Amino acid sequence: MIAPRAAEAVVCSALGKDATDAELIAAVLQGDTASFAPLVQKYSPRVFATARRYARRESEVEDIAQEVWLKSFQKLATFRGEAPFEHWLMRLTVRTCYDFLRGHQRNREMMFSELSQPEEDWLERVVTRPDEALEHAAAARQLIGRVLEQLSPAARLVITLLEIEERSVKEIAELTGWSVPLVKVRAFRARAEMKRCLARLAKGKYL
Amino acid sequence: MDLLKQSQKLIVAARTIPRDDRVPYAFHRRIMARLAGRTAVDLWEPWGRAFSRAAFCSVALMLLLAIGSFLVPSASSVSLSQDVETTLLAAVDNNTEQIGDTR
Repeated sequence: MIAPRAAEAVVCSALGKDATDAELIAAVLQGDTASFAPLVQKYSPRVFATARRYARRESEVEDIAQEVWLKSFQKLATFRGEAPFEHWLMRLTVRTCYDFLRGHQRNREMMFSELSQPEEDWLERVVTRPDEALEHAAAARQLIGRVLEQLSPAARLVITLLEIEERSVKEIAELTGWSVPLVKVRAFRARAEMKRCLARLAKGKYL
Repeated sequence: MDLLKQSQKLIVAARTIPRDDRVPYAFHRRIMARLAGRTAVDLWEPWGRAFSRAAFCSVALMLLLAIGSFLVPSASSVSLSQDVETTLLAAVDNNTEQIGDTR
Protein backbone atom coordinates (compact mmCIF):
# COMPACT_ATOMS: atom_id res chain seq x y z
CA MET A 1 0.00 0.00 0.00
CA ILE A 2 1.39 3.40 -0.92
CA ALA A 3 0.50 6.58 0.92
CA PRO A 4 1.59 10.21 0.55
CA ARG A 5 4.75 11.08 2.42
CA ALA A 6 2.97 13.70 4.52
CA ALA A 7 0.83 11.02 6.12
CA GLU A 8 3.82 9.22 7.53
CA ALA A 9 4.46 9.40 11.22
CA VAL A 10 7.59 11.12 12.44
CA VAL A 11 10.02 8.80 14.11
CA CYS A 12 11.61 10.28 17.19
CA SER A 13 15.27 9.92 17.85
CA ALA A 14 17.43 11.27 20.65
CA LEU A 15 18.21 14.25 18.42
CA GLY A 16 15.62 16.85 17.51
CA LYS A 17 13.79 17.15 14.22
CA ASP A 18 16.22 19.80 13.02
CA ALA A 19 19.31 17.63 13.39
CA THR A 20 21.62 17.71 10.40
CA ASP A 21 22.62 14.59 8.47
CA ALA A 22 26.10 14.74 10.01
CA GLU A 23 24.66 14.85 13.54
CA LEU A 24 22.32 11.96 12.83
CA ILE A 25 25.13 9.87 11.32
CA ALA A 26 27.40 10.59 14.28
CA ALA A 27 24.61 9.51 16.65
CA VAL A 28 24.06 6.26 14.72
CA LEU A 29 27.77 5.52 14.80
CA GLN A 30 27.73 6.02 18.56
CA GLY A 31 25.05 3.35 18.86
CA ASP A 32 21.80 5.36 18.64
CA THR A 33 20.08 3.28 15.95
CA ALA A 34 16.89 5.36 16.18
CA SER A 35 18.73 8.32 14.66
CA PHE A 36 18.85 6.38 11.41
CA ALA A 37 15.06 6.68 10.96
CA PRO A 38 15.01 10.39 9.97
CA LEU A 39 17.61 9.62 7.29
CA VAL A 40 15.45 6.79 5.94
CA GLN A 41 12.41 9.08 5.89
CA LYS A 42 14.23 11.96 4.24
CA TYR A 43 15.98 10.08 1.46
CA SER A 44 13.63 7.17 0.71
CA PRO A 45 11.77 9.09 -2.04
CA ARG A 46 15.05 9.46 -3.97
CA VAL A 47 15.98 5.83 -3.42
CA PHE A 48 12.54 4.66 -4.61
CA ALA A 49 12.59 6.98 -7.66
CA THR A 50 15.96 5.55 -8.69
CA ALA A 51 14.97 1.94 -8.03
CA ARG A 52 11.80 2.36 -10.15
CA ARG A 53 13.98 3.15 -13.16
CA TYR A 54 15.45 -0.35 -13.04
CA ALA A 55 12.76 -2.60 -11.62
CA ARG A 56 9.25 -2.88 -12.93
CA ARG A 57 7.45 -4.74 -10.17
CA GLU A 58 6.74 -2.87 -6.95
CA SER A 59 7.93 -5.81 -4.84
CA GLU A 60 11.32 -5.66 -6.61
CA VAL A 61 11.51 -1.89 -6.06
CA GLU A 62 10.87 -2.37 -2.34
CA ASP A 63 13.50 -5.11 -2.16
CA ILE A 64 16.07 -2.80 -3.75
CA ALA A 65 15.20 0.09 -1.43
CA GLN A 66 15.35 -2.18 1.60
CA GLU A 67 18.74 -3.53 0.55
CA VAL A 68 20.04 -0.01 0.02
CA TRP A 69 19.08 1.03 3.55
CA LEU A 70 20.40 -2.12 5.19
CA LYS A 71 23.68 -1.77 3.31
CA SER A 72 23.93 1.92 4.12
CA PHE A 73 23.46 1.16 7.82
CA GLN A 74 26.15 -1.49 7.72
CA LYS A 75 28.57 0.67 5.77
CA LEU A 76 27.84 3.94 7.51
CA ALA A 77 31.27 3.88 9.15
CA THR A 78 32.82 4.18 5.68
CA PHE A 79 31.00 7.50 5.06
CA ARG A 80 33.72 10.09 5.59
CA GLY A 81 31.54 13.16 5.36
CA GLU A 82 33.60 14.78 2.59
CA ALA A 83 30.58 14.87 0.26
CA PRO A 84 26.90 15.16 1.22
CA PHE A 85 25.31 11.97 2.58
CA GLU A 86 22.85 12.05 -0.33
CA HIS A 87 25.66 11.60 -2.87
CA TRP A 88 27.09 8.66 -0.94
CA LEU A 89 23.63 7.12 -0.67
CA MET A 90 22.90 7.58 -4.38
CA ARG A 91 26.17 5.83 -5.26
CA LEU A 92 25.11 2.94 -3.08
CA THR A 93 21.63 2.96 -4.66
CA VAL A 94 22.91 2.92 -8.23
CA ARG A 95 25.34 0.11 -7.43
CA THR A 96 22.59 -1.90 -5.73
CA CYS A 97 20.36 -1.38 -8.78
CA TYR A 98 23.19 -2.58 -11.02
CA ASP A 99 23.63 -5.69 -8.86
CA PHE A 100 19.87 -6.24 -9.10
CA LEU A 101 19.99 -5.99 -12.91
CA ARG A 102 22.87 -8.45 -13.06
CA GLY A 103 21.06 -10.85 -10.77
CA HIS A 104 17.80 -10.66 -12.71
CA GLN A 105 19.21 -10.63 -16.21
CA ARG A 106 16.49 -11.84 -18.52
CA ASN A 107 18.18 -13.48 -21.41
CA ARG A 108 15.36 -13.42 -23.86
CA GLU A 109 14.74 -11.52 -27.03
CA MET A 110 11.49 -9.66 -27.44
CA MET A 111 9.78 -10.31 -30.74
CA PHE A 112 7.49 -7.95 -32.56
CA SER A 113 4.52 -10.23 -31.86
CA GLU A 114 5.00 -9.55 -28.11
CA LEU A 115 4.32 -5.82 -28.50
CA SER A 116 1.01 -4.41 -27.33
CA GLN A 117 -1.27 -2.72 -29.88
CA PRO A 118 -0.36 0.89 -28.86
CA GLU A 119 3.35 0.03 -28.94
CA GLU A 120 2.95 -1.58 -32.33
CA ASP A 121 1.02 1.45 -33.61
CA TRP A 122 3.70 3.82 -32.31
CA LEU A 123 6.46 1.88 -33.99
CA GLU A 124 4.54 1.92 -37.26
CA ARG A 125 3.84 5.66 -36.91
CA VAL A 126 7.56 6.37 -36.49
CA VAL A 127 8.10 4.92 -39.94
CA THR A 128 5.09 6.30 -41.76
CA ARG A 129 4.61 9.70 -40.05
CA PRO A 130 7.74 10.46 -38.02
CA ASP A 131 6.62 14.01 -37.09
CA GLU A 132 3.48 12.82 -35.33
CA ALA A 133 5.10 9.96 -33.47
CA LEU A 134 5.96 11.95 -30.37
CA GLU A 135 2.34 12.90 -29.82
CA HIS A 136 1.73 9.36 -28.65
CA ALA A 137 4.30 9.42 -25.91
CA ALA A 138 2.49 6.96 -23.64
CA ALA A 139 3.02 4.09 -26.06
CA ALA A 140 6.62 5.18 -26.54
CA ARG A 141 7.15 5.13 -22.77
CA GLN A 142 5.83 1.58 -22.60
CA LEU A 143 8.04 0.61 -25.48
CA ILE A 144 11.18 2.17 -23.97
CA GLY A 145 10.57 0.17 -20.80
CA ARG A 146 10.43 -3.01 -22.82
CA VAL A 147 13.44 -2.09 -24.94
CA LEU A 148 15.48 -1.31 -21.82
CA GLU A 149 14.60 -4.71 -20.43
CA GLN A 150 16.27 -6.26 -23.45
CA LEU A 151 19.59 -4.53 -22.80
CA SER A 152 22.47 -5.92 -20.79
CA PRO A 153 22.70 -4.57 -17.20
CA ALA A 154 25.61 -2.26 -18.01
CA ALA A 155 23.93 -0.93 -21.16
CA ARG A 156 20.67 -0.32 -19.33
CA LEU A 157 22.42 1.51 -16.53
CA VAL A 158 24.37 3.72 -18.93
CA ILE A 159 21.37 4.53 -21.16
CA THR A 160 19.27 5.39 -18.11
CA LEU A 161 21.87 7.62 -16.49
CA LEU A 162 23.30 9.22 -19.62
CA GLU A 163 20.32 9.55 -21.94
CA ILE A 164 17.24 9.53 -19.73
CA GLU A 165 18.52 11.24 -16.59
CA GLU A 166 20.94 13.33 -18.73
CA ARG A 167 23.88 12.99 -16.36
CA SER A 168 27.44 13.73 -17.41
CA VAL A 169 30.03 11.02 -18.02
CA LYS A 170 31.94 12.20 -14.93
CA GLU A 171 28.84 11.94 -12.76
CA ILE A 172 28.16 8.44 -14.06
CA ALA A 173 31.74 7.44 -13.33
CA GLU A 174 31.31 8.64 -9.74
CA LEU A 175 27.96 6.90 -9.30
CA THR A 176 29.00 3.57 -10.76
CA GLY A 177 32.64 3.45 -9.69
CA TRP A 178 33.68 2.90 -13.32
CA SER A 179 36.45 4.96 -14.92
CA VAL A 180 35.52 7.78 -17.33
CA PRO A 181 36.89 5.91 -20.41
CA LEU A 182 34.96 2.79 -19.35
CA VAL A 183 31.73 4.81 -19.12
CA LYS A 184 32.37 6.17 -22.63
CA VAL A 185 33.04 2.71 -24.04
CA ARG A 186 29.96 1.28 -22.33
CA ALA A 187 27.83 4.20 -23.58
CA PHE A 188 28.97 3.55 -27.14
CA ARG A 189 28.18 -0.15 -26.82
CA ALA A 190 24.85 0.57 -25.12
CA ARG A 191 23.67 2.79 -27.99
CA ALA A 192 24.67 0.11 -30.49
CA GLU A 193 22.86 -2.52 -28.42
CA MET A 194 19.73 -0.38 -28.32
CA LYS A 195 19.81 0.13 -32.07
CA ARG A 196 20.19 -3.63 -32.58
CA CYS A 197 17.22 -4.23 -30.33
CA LEU A 198 15.07 -1.77 -32.28
CA ALA A 199 16.28 -3.22 -35.56
CA ARG A 200 15.20 -6.66 -34.41
CA LEU A 201 11.76 -5.32 -33.55
CA ALA A 202 11.44 -3.50 -36.85
CA LYS A 203 12.62 -6.55 -38.77
CA GLY A 204 9.82 -8.59 -37.23
CA LYS A 205 7.32 -6.13 -38.59
CA TYR A 206 8.61 -4.96 -41.92
CA LEU A 207 10.62 -7.83 -43.41
CA MET B 1 13.90 3.01 -41.21
CA ASP B 2 16.32 5.35 -39.43
CA LEU B 3 17.13 3.50 -36.22
CA LEU B 4 19.12 6.35 -34.75
CA LYS B 5 16.16 8.71 -35.11
CA GLN B 6 13.84 6.09 -33.72
CA SER B 7 15.96 5.42 -30.64
CA GLN B 8 16.28 9.18 -30.06
CA LYS B 9 12.51 9.49 -30.16
CA LEU B 10 12.18 6.71 -27.64
CA ILE B 11 14.65 8.42 -25.33
CA VAL B 12 12.85 11.75 -25.65
CA ALA B 13 9.64 9.95 -24.72
CA ALA B 14 11.38 8.28 -21.78
CA ARG B 15 12.51 11.67 -20.48
CA THR B 16 8.87 12.77 -20.27
CA ILE B 17 8.14 10.03 -17.73
CA PRO B 18 7.78 11.82 -14.38
CA ARG B 19 9.89 10.59 -11.47
CA ASP B 20 7.86 8.30 -9.27
CA ASP B 21 9.17 8.88 -5.75
CA ARG B 22 6.26 7.44 -3.75
CA VAL B 23 7.30 5.55 -0.66
CA PRO B 24 5.21 2.68 0.73
CA TYR B 25 3.37 3.47 3.93
CA ALA B 26 5.56 3.18 7.07
CA PHE B 27 8.53 1.99 5.03
CA HIS B 28 10.97 3.58 7.48
CA ARG B 29 9.34 1.63 10.33
CA ARG B 30 9.92 -1.61 8.45
CA ILE B 31 13.56 -0.72 7.94
CA MET B 32 14.00 0.22 11.58
CA ALA B 33 12.38 -3.05 12.62
CA ARG B 34 14.89 -4.90 10.46
CA LEU B 35 17.73 -2.91 11.95
CA ALA B 36 16.56 -3.51 15.51
CA GLY B 37 18.04 -7.01 15.35
CA ARG B 38 21.39 -5.56 14.43
CA THR B 39 23.13 -4.13 17.43
CA ALA B 40 25.50 -1.64 15.90
CA VAL B 41 27.08 -0.40 12.74
CA ASP B 42 29.84 -2.68 11.49
CA LEU B 43 32.91 -0.74 12.55
CA TRP B 44 35.18 -3.50 11.23
CA GLU B 45 34.06 -2.82 7.66
CA PRO B 46 36.73 -0.16 6.86
CA TRP B 47 39.39 -2.23 8.60
CA GLY B 48 38.35 -5.34 6.73
CA ARG B 49 38.53 -3.46 3.47
CA ALA B 50 41.96 -2.04 4.29
CA PHE B 51 43.25 -5.47 5.29
CA SER B 52 41.93 -7.10 2.13
CA ARG B 53 43.66 -4.42 0.05
CA ALA B 54 46.89 -4.93 1.98
CA ALA B 55 46.60 -8.70 1.49
CA PHE B 56 46.10 -8.21 -2.25
CA CYS B 57 49.19 -5.97 -2.44
CA SER B 58 51.24 -8.50 -0.44
CA VAL B 59 50.24 -11.37 -2.72
CA ALA B 60 51.06 -9.27 -5.79
CA LEU B 61 54.47 -8.36 -4.33
CA MET B 62 55.12 -12.00 -3.44
CA LEU B 63 54.30 -13.08 -6.99
CA LEU B 64 56.58 -10.41 -8.43
CA LEU B 65 59.45 -11.48 -6.18
CA ALA B 66 58.85 -15.13 -7.03
CA ILE B 67 58.91 -14.35 -10.74
CA GLY B 68 62.03 -12.21 -10.20
CA SER B 69 63.80 -15.04 -8.38
CA PHE B 70 63.12 -17.36 -11.30
CA LEU B 71 64.27 -14.88 -13.93
CA VAL B 72 67.43 -13.67 -12.16
CA PRO B 73 69.66 -16.67 -11.42
CA SER B 74 71.63 -16.54 -8.19
CA ALA B 75 75.41 -16.75 -8.70
CA SER B 76 76.14 -18.46 -5.40
CA SER B 77 73.56 -21.25 -5.50
CA VAL B 78 73.21 -24.34 -7.63
CA SER B 79 69.42 -24.48 -7.74
CA LEU B 80 66.32 -22.96 -6.19
CA SER B 81 65.40 -26.20 -4.43
CA GLN B 82 68.82 -26.29 -2.79
CA ASP B 83 68.40 -22.68 -1.68
CA VAL B 84 65.02 -23.47 -0.14
CA GLU B 85 66.44 -26.52 1.61
CA THR B 86 69.36 -24.51 3.00
CA THR B 87 67.04 -21.77 4.25
CA LEU B 88 64.59 -24.19 5.85
CA LEU B 89 67.30 -26.24 7.54
CA ALA B 90 69.42 -23.26 8.61
CA ALA B 91 68.11 -23.39 12.18
CA VAL B 92 68.76 -27.14 12.48
CA ASP B 93 72.28 -26.73 11.05
CA ASN B 94 73.05 -23.93 13.54
CA ASN B 95 71.85 -26.10 16.44
CA THR B 96 73.99 -29.04 15.31
CA GLU B 97 77.04 -26.81 15.01
CA GLN B 98 76.48 -25.31 18.47
CA ILE B 99 76.14 -28.81 20.05
CA GLY B 100 79.39 -29.84 18.32
CA ASP B 101 81.17 -26.76 19.65
CA THR B 102 80.09 -27.34 23.26
CA ARG B 103 81.38 -30.93 23.16
